[in-house]
Amino acid sequence: MSDKPVILSEERIAYLEGLVRQARAAAAVFSQFTQEDVDRIVKPMVLAGLEQAQYLARLAVEETKIGVMEDKAIKNMVATEFVYNYVKDKKTVGVIREYPERSLVEVAEPIGVIFSMTPITNPTSTVLFKCIMAIKTRNAVIFSPHPNAGKCCYEAVRTMYETAVKCGAPEGVFTCLQGHTLDDNKYLMRHKDIGLIDATGGPGAVKAAYSSGKPALGVGAGNTPVYLEKSADIPMAVVDIITSKTFDNGTICASEQTVVIDDEIYDRALDQFAALGSHVCNEKETEILARTVIDPKTGYMQPMAVGQKATNIAKFVGINVKPKTKLLITPITGVGPEHPLSYEKLFPVLSVYRAKSMDQALKVCIDVNHNGGLGHTAVVFSNNEEVIQKFGDVINAGRIIVNSPGSIGALGGVYNDMVPTFSFGCGTGGGNSTTDNVNVFHYLNIKRVARRTQAHMWFRVPNQIYFNMNATENLRNFQSRSTLIITNAPLEQLGHVDAVKRCIPTETQVRVTIIPDAEPDIKIIRQGVEALNFYKADQIIALGGGSVIDAAKIMKLQYEFPEADLEELAAPFLDLRKRVVQYPTEKTNHARLIAISTTSGTGSEVTPFAVMTDKERGFKVTLADYSLTPDVAIVDPQYVMSMPKGLTVDTGVDCLTHALEAGVSIFASPYTDSNAMMAVRMVFKYLPIAFENPKDEEARTMMHNAACIAAIAFSNASVGVNHALAHAFGARFGVPHGKANALMLPHVIAYNAAVPTKFMPSPNQRAYVAHKKYAMMADLLGLGGHTVEEKVQNLITATEQLLDHLGVPRSISELGISKEEFEKAIPDLAKIAFDDPSWRSNPRMPLVSEIIELFWAAYNGRGPKAAVGDAKKKKSETMVAV
Amino acid sequence: MTTVVNWHKVDGKRVAQSLQEARENLNSSEVQLLLDFSEVRRIDPAGLHAVEDLASAAEAKSVKVGLREVNVDVYKVLKLARLTSRFLFEN
Repeated sequence: MSDKPVILSEERIAYLEGLVRQARAAAAVFSQFTQEDVDRIVKPMVLAGLEQAQYLARLAVEETKIGVMEDKAIKNMVATEFVYNYVKDKKTVGVIREYPERSLVEVAEPIGVIFSMTPITNPTSTVLFKCIMAIKTRNAVIFSPHPNAGKCCYEAVRTMYETAVKCGAPEGVFTCLQGHTLDDNKYLMRHKDIGLIDATGGPGAVKAAYSSGKPALGVGAGNTPVYLEKSADIPMAVVDIITSKTFDNGTICASEQTVVIDDEIYDRALDQFAALGSHVCNEKETEILARTVIDPKTGYMQPMAVGQKATNIAKFVGINVKPKTKLLITPITGVGPEHPLSYEKLFPVLSVYRAKSMDQALKVCIDVNHNGGLGHTAVVFSNNEEVIQKFGDVINAGRIIVNSPGSIGALGGVYNDMVPTFSFGCGTGGGNSTTDNVNVFHYLNIKRVARRTQAHMWFRVPNQIYFNMNATENLRNFQSRSTLIITNAPLEQLGHVDAVKRCIPTETQVRVTIIPDAEPDIKIIRQGVEALNFYKADQIIALGGGSVIDAAKIMKLQYEFPEADLEELAAPFLDLRKRVVQYPTEKTNHARLIAISTTSGTGSEVTPFAVMTDKERGFKVTLADYSLTPDVAIVDPQYVMSMPKGLTVDTGVDCLTHALEAGVSIFASPYTDSNAMMAVRMVFKYLPIAFENPKDEEARTMMHNAACIAAIAFSNASVGVNHALAHAFGARFGVPHGKANALMLPHVIAYNAAVPTKFMPSPNQRAYVAHKKYAMMADLLGLGGHTVEEKVQNLITATEQLLDHLGVPRSISELGISKEEFEKAIPDLAKIAFDDPSWRSNPRMPLVSEIIELFWAAYNGRGPKAAVGDAKKKKSETMVAV
Repeated sequence: MTTVVNWHKVDGKRVAQSLQEARENLNSSEVQLLLDFSEVRRIDPAGLHAVEDLASAAEAKSVKVGLREVNVDVYKVLKLARLTSRFLFEN
């Protein structure tokens, strides 16, 4: 829109303001109408429009001197009857669509006042169409018709308005400018009370609409390419093209402009055109038309030709044609400024192009499409599905009409099931905001009412878990031709491998692969996979702690899915269900993985996690997917009876941390809570005994079970910020995982129990409950306390006492790390901890500053105090925590 | 100082006429006019026009107009018609 100031008299401004005020009031009143109110008005309007179809068509032709009365009458009928058929059952008031499975509803909100420009080519039909849309959507419209179609449009608006008001529509719902100027349009397009500009017309009107700064639907010029491919039904295609191109003397902007015809059928097609009343121009006649009907400077049509009969155009330019000639066919040899007839021609002149091949034909169609027709309409006649698909791929048009007339086809509802319209969205190619056939839904603001949903949860564990002393005996139940035991040297020396072998059926071929007792490296994984392939193993037994079982999980993954890219599978994710990278599912070997744990901490025998390093490439991979979970877990305490004290403590504290973190996780559920709570109770009771008396079979058994139970909890609820801190700190200072966890644990309990600075988004939790969950754990441990705060404090104190009892270092400073050294490490520690995915299930979202505070609290050690906010004022409510 | 409040119940079945009556009774000595909309379920163009006229007349006479118990739908109509800023609303 021009930035030139609008020059209007005070009287004119007052007039325009009055129109807007009236429309605004009508729209405001209209907002109260129900769907039934609206539908009661629409139907009589449609009937009135149908009744006046011929009258309005005659007025339009008389005033504009464009088009064919009979065709305009049909357009008016399509604009009413066909549009009504589409809109009659559509919900446009209140709730218009419901998605119960997504807990989502869509609610209609009217736009208010629409400023609508209508074209000279389809004046009355466009008005009828827009009036019906506006009433159906409870909007008021100020119409601005093309100046040369003012009277017929006014009459169409009047017909619709009087019927609508008679049936209950608010007065002032439609108005029609008369004797208006471009400045009037500019003034209204910029008016604050105009909610939407709907401009159907020439490029100028559309550009002005989009330049106004207002939301706009601007739909205008096209240049429809047609591909008449050799497999097409030629007689049908020729009839369709003539029908379309001559309809209302070619004034519909979706009508055919250039037909690209395969060489093999070119002559036959032209003969058909001629036989059905078309005049195929010779070179000279074509040259005359090119000079006269298109402005050579702009490429725009000469107004004198628009909507005129073929015979009149021929007469005007001096070409002799038969009296009833319908169409002038102009062969062209190229597209663009050198070939003016390759532009849009809203009159019965149709260019044709002889294409040597499909490739050339498609290229010429693309050229026509890009020569003023982007986003609008294109047509293909073919019985070759591949051709149709290719055409649809390469042509940029909102409507790609197949084996039917372009103009009537694009209108929708006659030759196809597209939405009936008189406004063709042309997408960004045409400078428009939509490629749709504009319809009632473009006259609405659609509001989404999104109800809170509960994320689907899960509880996944290995198919079989065997536990208690000598549970390994259960191996006898598993048939296998070839079994590979993956373990490490110390376990073999302790005789554990033999213990396992004794339980495997004798007919099974058993081989053993010894791997280092350390976090598995990719080289080890590759060797293991080679062994699995060499022995064609159908069963893998992982005998060891977390690293051995992790190695076996990854070996199995690569054995089953040789193409799996471990680095890609380790890509970070926020929600397991929405992760970008999916694990493969089509197994190659269908091997069974049996995990026998020889420590009481990681619980790797039941978890879906595995960690490995690639020293060559210098990265660490953490894999997480339920497909990694072993098929069978054996929790046999015979392997932990000789576990050294240090390992007992480290793994035991790791187990406690798993249970505490899973218990307060945002993914916690009653299923995981039952496991987490029981594991906490078992650790507090049996870890001190196992520590004091390593040979106590009951304590070892219960701690071994506790580790598995806690792992079941965190496999489904995940861990929290404690693990994020411990991962970062342990890796930097070489501190074992259990010890690193222990240093953070009391501080993290106090931190999670306090009112968070930032809550973690969690649709499954209706309230912040971490403090109450801790209090519930304190109750289960019988720690006493009357308020939630007291109970949390008692849990912290009990945890500290347990750690003291186990002789765990209670502060980072006790490890001999100087304050200066730690201070220097803090920025990196905070960054690494914040990048760690573990905290994403923590109940409290840790700020980096809080991570730093937690690290310093762990550095200084003892004495975190529970401060649980409001809960301290209340008596215990722990039983409602779940 | 005593606040003079003139109370007028708007007839829900004849909103425009009822508001017209209220407007005719506007007295510049009044400090406030209180219109009870509790019976107004819906407002038509004439009613809306009458609301606007009343607002203009009250402003000319420096009378504050309060609307009481306006239902949500009618309130939205007044909002869309840009009239809410010209009244005080009470529930």
